[in-house]
Amino acid sequence: MAHAADEAGRDQRPGGSPARMVLEPAEIRRALTRIAHEILERTSGAGDVVLLGIPTRGVPLAHRLAERLEQVEGHPVPAGSLDITMYRDDLRLRPARALGHTEVPTAGIDDKIVVLVDDVLYSGRTVRAALDALGDIGRPRAVQLAVLIDRGHRELPIRPDYVGKNLPTSQREIVRVLLTEVDGEDAVLLGTRQEGS
Amino acid sequence: MNRHLISAGDLSLADALLILDTADELASMAERPVKKLPTLRGRTVVNLFYEDSTRTRISFEAAAKRLSADVINFSAKGSSVAKGESLKDTALTLEAMGADAVVIRHGASGAPHRLAGWVQGSVVNAGDGAHEHPTQALLDAFTMRRRLGRLDGLRVTIVGDVLHSRVARSNVLLLSTLGAEVTLVAPPTLLPVAVGGWPCSVGYDLDAALPKADVVMMLRVQQERMNAAYFPTVREYSRRYGLDAARMALLPEHAIVMHPGPMNRGVEIAAEVADSVRSTIVEQVANGVSVRMAVLYLLLSGPAQQGGQR
Repeated sequence: MAHAADEAGRDQRPGGSPARMVLEPAEIRRALTRIAHEILERTSGAGDVVLLGIPTRGVPLAHRLAERLEQVEGHPVPAGSLDITMYRDDLRLRPARALGHTEVPTAGIDDKIVVLVDDVLYSGRTVRAALDALGDIGRPRAVQLAVLIDRGHRELPIRPDYVGKNLPTSQREIVRVLLTEVDGEDAVLLGTRQEGS
Repeated sequence: MNRHLISAGDLSLADALLILDTADELASMAERPVKKLPTLRGRTVVNLFYEDSTRTRISFEAAAKRLSADVINFSAKGSSVAKGESLKDTALTLEAMGADAVVIRHGASGAPHRLAGWVQGSVVNAGDGAHEHPTQALLDAFTMRRRLGRLDGLRVTIVGDVLHSRVARSNVLLLSTLGAEVTLVAPPTLLPVAVGGWPCSVGYDLDAALPKADVVMMLRVQQERMNAAYFPTVREYSRRYGLDAARMALLPEHAIVMHPGPMNRGVEIAAEVADSVRSTIVEQVANGVSVRMAVLYLLLSGPAQQGGQR
């Protein structure tokens, strides 16, 4: 499965490592459409759903999903962003980082079904931090998790509810998700970690 | 960023913007039901205050507590300092208690700088003598940016007792880094000798400066630091350099009035000006907590510091 995009060839990205395209723009589009339908199915029409993207790239994904949900169901679905920087468990290990933006839809999240949206699910630590952050904002009825890529190697008991693509990787590899809103193009790339990076 | 925050002049443009942007995000947290973040759990912040202060100490305390740090308040009155303990010995005591950050206010210029050489944690200057008060300058810049949308090219007029004002010096240094044009207006006796070397212009006529100002910052006349007479009478000072309603009318439509507090109503600022919609004085206090949270977060997250100097 991971080799499906081999014919896309290798290209030299600014990051330095030769990266292989594992999802093309059309495939990203289809994956998001499928996730949107799964959300509708699991939540009986997404009436109480609030989509919260985790910065940076979870946010545009959340808005894309909200668009699709609205197209299908005909009612707007609130989408926002949830920055988790202050809740990370590795703050003491790395230099301070700039904060992302948190924007909770005005209706709040109390008694709603919150779907957290992120680009890549890896160790699960980001999601753990997001769950803590949610607890300080309100008390949702349920929390679900949607990710574009699940690359495995979980370090915590966390699993996604909606997955765009399962991508078996080794820990030496890096997955880069590019989105038009942030990077000017849509693509998912798989590269090898450069020495010293 | 540096490990300490001693002078507003140590901040690069990137550092200053990082602090302001971080404070912006943290300010939105003040509207949440749970106004607390777990970020500095297990870290200890010591407030070491050798001078009386209400708003700065409370502001730092609130900031540290909202980040879940443990706060120890130490005021010189009624402590071992009153028994004659030196700053260095006090610093070593704090060090032994495992302070990750020391927020210090001291009557002597340079005390925070000395302290930074003795303790391993981060030192934050909360006002030293007539030298600097960097977090006040940061919260002033933050307030200006929130009200007026920008700092680059902003014309800021700082009026009054510049000589005794650490707020003025820190503001001049920070605002010039951020691209604002600062003008100091004061009686010649209340300007420091070396003011010619500061990155700002100097004037003596308030009425001439007001129509060109986007921001007017009134400084408190620090009578407790005035051993000699710097102006003939308070009434004369107030007539020439106080901001009353008539003077406020000279300001452009959008201009704001700031004061670092505590105010002497009727001396440098008239009550009707202090309470007007243009005044940001109450806002400045609220913004102070967000800015100090940003400073503590940026100084204290990351690896625990080893070794006394870097």
